[in-house]
Amino acid sequence: MKFAIQVNEGPYQHQAADSAYQFTKAVLEAGHEIMRVFFYHDGVNNGTNLTTPPQDDRNIVNRWSELGKKHDLDLVVCVAAAQRRGIVDEGEMKRNGKSAQNIADGFRISGLGQLVEAGIQSDRLVVFGD
Amino acid sequence: MSEQIKKFMYINRRAPYGTIYAWESLEVVLIGAAFDQDVHVAFIDDGVYQLLKGQDTSAVDMKNFSPTYQALGDYDVTKLYVEKESLEERGLTLEDLMPLTYEDEDDDWAEKDSIRLMSRAELADIMDEQDILFSF
Repeated sequence: MKFAIQVNEGPYQHQAADSAYQFTKAVLEAGHEIMRVFFYHDGVNNGTNLTTPPQDDRNIVNRWSELGKKHDLDLVVCVAAAQRRGIVDEGEMKRNGKSAQNIADGFRISGLGQLVEAGIQSDRLVVFGD
Repeated sequence: MSEQIKKFMYINRRAPYGTIYAWESLEVVLIGAAFDQDVHVAFIDDGVYQLLKGQDTSAVDMKNFSPTYQALGDYDVTKLYVEKESLEERGLTLEDLMPLTYEDEDDDWAEKDSIRLMSRAELADIMDEQDILFSF
């Protein structure tokens, strides 16, 4: 089965960020396909490489990057939500005259159309958040 | 743009201000309208406050995005469901909501109400028919 995942909450603040990861991992382990993971609202904060959690805790951002690399996942951060919250890739940095970029490895910034398209093309869209 | 038409429902459950969910939900609805899907938008719980008439955010210095709901009809988003029980529980009636309309191309562009009052049970049935449920 082809799954799409939507993550609506930020890391550490809300378990939805963890649940989305655990679910995605379980889907892949069960032999299904993840066609896209879309990060929206504060969920975009799962995609900043400036995150530095204490060493004895899980690293939520790196965990996504590693899973993404292993399974060639399409990890998409919503551009409108990202702009509001300071998640920046090279293109956004140049376009908006910012001094830095912070998008984590394996993530890309794109539009909300990617979320709607994920709904159309997947068999199941699973939303994580309140 | 897409190979098939699915039933999409956006469920708005929260007040318009206080959190950004309502505004960012509306952004998805507007973008999603370009995909020619069968779009349904529901307002339940505190989400019914999103459609209140006469919103004034000047005292809290936040953007009043309520006029944007008026554009939904032009985007062919014409099925807006308001849950009856949620209105009643908050002492509201349809009269308290913004009039939202669309022009029906199948009926000589007659102006029609987009807002449909639904009971909790009716709305549950409509949700059951959907392919995709977004919850905001």
